Amino acid sequence: MSDAILELRDVHAGYGNIKALKGVSLAVMPGEIVTIIGANGAGKSTTLMTICNIVPATEGEVLYQGAPVAAVSPDRLPAKGLCQVPEGRRIFPRLTVIENLEMGAFLRTDKDRVAFDLDKVFGFFPVLKERKHQPGGTLSGGEQQMLAIGRALMTRPKVLLLDEPSLGLAPLIVQRIFEIIKTINREEGVTVLLVEQNANLALQTASRGYVLETGHVVLEDTSANLLANPDIRKAYLGE
Amino acid sequence: MTTLASKRHWASFAIGLVWFFFILWPLMGIKPEGLEFGPALEVWSYVAAAALVLFVLWGLKRQGSLDFIGVPAARLAQSLAAPVRVLPRWALILAVAACALAFPFLNERYAIDVAINVMVYICLGLGLNIVVGLAGLLDLGYIAFYGVGAYTYALLSVHFGLSFWLCLPIAAAFAAVAGCIIGYPTLRMRGDYLAIVTLGFGEIVRIVLNNWMSLTNGPNGILGVKAPSVWWMDAGHWTLVSLRNLSGLYFVILFLAVVTIIAVHRLNYSRIGRAWEAIREDETAAQLMGVNTFALKLLAYAMGAVFGGLAGCFFAARMRFVSPESFTFMESAMVLAMVVLGGMGSIPGVILGALALIALPEVFRGFELYRMLVFGGVMAAMMILKPKGLWPAKRVGGRSEERGHA
Repeated sequence: MSDAILELRDVHAGYGNIKALKGVSLAVMPGEIVTIIGANGAGKSTTLMTICNIVPATEGEVLYQGAPVAAVSPDRLPAKGLCQVPEGRRIFPRLTVIENLEMGAFLRTDKDRVAFDLDKVFGFFPVLKERKHQPGGTLSGGEQQMLAIGRALMTRPKVLLLDEPSLGLAPLIVQRIFEIIKTINREEGVTVLLVEQNANLALQTASRGYVLETGHVVLEDTSANLLANPDIRKAYLGE
Repeated sequence: MTTLASKRHWASFAIGLVWFFFILWPLMGIKPEGLEFGPALEVWSYVAAAALVLFVLWGLKRQGSLDFIGVPAARLAQSLAAPVRVLPRWALILAVAACALAFPFLNERYAIDVAINVMVYICLGLGLNIVVGLAGLLDLGYIAFYGVGAYTYALLSVHFGLSFWLCLPIAAAFAAVAGCIIGYPTLRMRGDYLAIVTLGFGEIVRIVLNNWMSLTNGPNGILGVKAPSVWWMDAGHWTLVSLRNLSGLYFVILFLAVVTIIAVHRLNYSRIGRAWEAIREDETAAQLMGVNTFALKLLAYAMGAVFGGLAGCFFAARMRFVSPESFTFMESAMVLAMVVLGGMGSIPGVILGALALIALPEVFRGFELYRMLVFGGVMAAMMILKPKGLWPAKRVGGRSEERGHA
């Protein structure tokens, strides 16, 4: 899989003595939506943090566009088109909506394109335009998730890493956010790596999926096959 | 009648008075020769009576019984404020500038002395505001940079006779280097841990100044620091005049304070300022958005230290003497209190905070022995009534809008 835009080869990582990843290998092709599903503590969020080099890999390597990520400082990655929407949204609560979005464009120098992209984000999430002068912390959970995704889009990502965008949101809002994720993938050509606990929705959105268990990839298949797999249905889809 | 009669308010009023008695009596009633209740009860009854009047007034106001005074008064205040509000901002700034320039000619020595002090602390407060208010790094040893600035000028002046104006940038640069040196090992720490380490560094600097006899002359301090001098037209030709009088020094620190305010204002609304705020809000998220948190936190320390160093340089020139006891932890705590009390991240807030914390103890001189007690009480009251500070930082919208699109 040499044409993968993002590839993990036998990646180990952890926090001090706690090993969260014990040899994760996966590959994402340009233009795909790929999902990682798994239970609490399986290492899903650590996988994303390791891809962004916030949690460095102790063994193995992460390749983005064929080059190892370990050599790049985490704050240079957004400029290379790799951006993460972290778990729990982590917007800047006391900055206004528009200031939050501008932080996404922090490294960009193409001012005209930034204004254009800001309009595009407001097109995806009209509610953000209505609230652009409100502090981010005063938004509802769903709006904050939209803001977090909008902020990441402002970096003009090639690969968007999404960590549990459905966390703590009402089903209707989750549906809408997943619709927009699909739109972004289809219309903007953004490759998406989606980490989710809501396996059903994640597999309906993605074309392929990886199942993570205690730091290992235990299964890898197309979404349709995973949805049909009786073990998966039992373990992750509540049947 | 509902508000006034409500049991809950009366109960908390009564509990408040009982609490006050228990805090007052040990202070006034426990004497070496035995226990006394008389004086404590007397003071307590005055306070209780005053509190009762305020409480009843507050109750009446909540109930609307005072509307016959309050509503016309509010209307009057509004009609008076209206012309002020239509005045453009430059007019207000001009008015403040005129007051500041006229101040030394209209006041006596003592008032000018207090004003100089206030402005030194404005520089310190605004510098610390960068570190604490913008970048969100709690620094309990900030006064170390003030000390570095002061000793830089004192030593250069005494040993090499360098002029004040030349030493200003040198002191700022030394303080910035000290900021980087102190900042570097603390960059991985957050919150409480950072506070403890900066506290330690602040003390280290003071103790080094105290014990490095050969360089700093230890606790005896350095004497004979030169006052700033300026070229002045005197009897038809330009001469170099040393500014020993207070109003001359007043204008020097006024100049430094204005430079500090403008610089911090520019930083506040720059890309760097926004990145500092993002780090304060969420460091990991800021990093994910491409903020080089390492460099920017170091820059926050260095920039904060620069203004501390400038203020320190002036302090040495004004006192014409420096000693380590001017740079104790108490000073760091005072500057931090100004930033928190005024409103973190807000420039007018920090200015008000400096004014309040320097001017109030002077106002309370009438209380003599109880001065610091009253001061403490007022500080506590200000934090309870205005927890976000006297003038909280305002969010002004996106930078893109200031540029005129979106």
